Amino acid sequence: MFRFDPAQEMARLQQQMNELFSGAGGAVHEYPAVNVWTGDEDIIVTAELPGISAEELEIDVHNDTVTIKGARKPLELSESAKPHRGEREFGQFARTLTLPFRVESQNVSASLKHGVLTLTLPKAEADKPRKIAVKAA
Amino acid sequence: MDNTALQNREAETMPQQAPRRMFMPRADVYETPDAIVVVADLPGVDENHIDITLENDVLTIHGRVEPLAPAGHKLAYAEYGEGDYHREFQISNEIDRDAIQAAVKNGVLKLTLPKAGPAKTRKITVKSE
Repeated sequence: MFRFDPAQEMARLQQQMNELFSGAGGAVHEYPAVNVWTGDEDIIVTAELPGISAEELEIDVHNDTVTIKGARKPLELSESAKPHRGEREFGQFARTLTLPFRVESQNVSASLKHGVLTLTLPKAEADKPRKIAVKAA
Repeated sequence: MDNTALQNREAETMPQQAPRRMFMPRADVYETPDAIVVVADLPGVDENHIDITLENDVLTIHGRVEPLAPAGHKLAYAEYGEGDYHREFQISNEIDRDAIQAAVKNGVLKLTLPKAGPAKTRKITVKSE
């Protein structure tokens, strides 16, 4: 039996509303936020990485993990510039995802377009489903 | 009047649109001696899909995103939503509206709002009634 605490409920409701409006949120999830699309032969991972060029991004694939690494540089402001509002986050990031299968690393493709990374990770042959013939005894 | 007839007409005039989520892009704002600069994250948007309008004192940034839907795949896990970006800023009179510049690179919009020259002082003559 737990007590109904109105103050706690309000705080929880407020946090849920904040999460709803802030999308992925910097503090709640790791950076970058990813979406995962599954197919029969491969998995497509997309991530929002605005302000990063392809050279600044490092993607490593090993067995069943993929690591997205990079650094987002802060704005270079001159001495006379005065900041008014800072909502964007900067710094180094590294995120490792574990997939439900091993990746065929030679056929991985990655593209960065308009700040969105699209990673196509094909399943390794050994991990593809195999039909088992049933012999009648 | 037949209720179904009214409903059908409404269905024809209202275009069927899946509800699109709108996101407020994160923005940094800083001020230099010559201009106010707004830098906003709009991943997935290029220069052809951004509308920037200035009406009265409100600067509106609207970025349109083509939702990703790779054929033969299902969305299994989503940490971020896809949708258009929308944000409005209140602009003061001190901005030279004709000289506003906007550039997009890697999904980041940089808006430069140059400050207008010093306000001209006007002498107002007083008539006697």
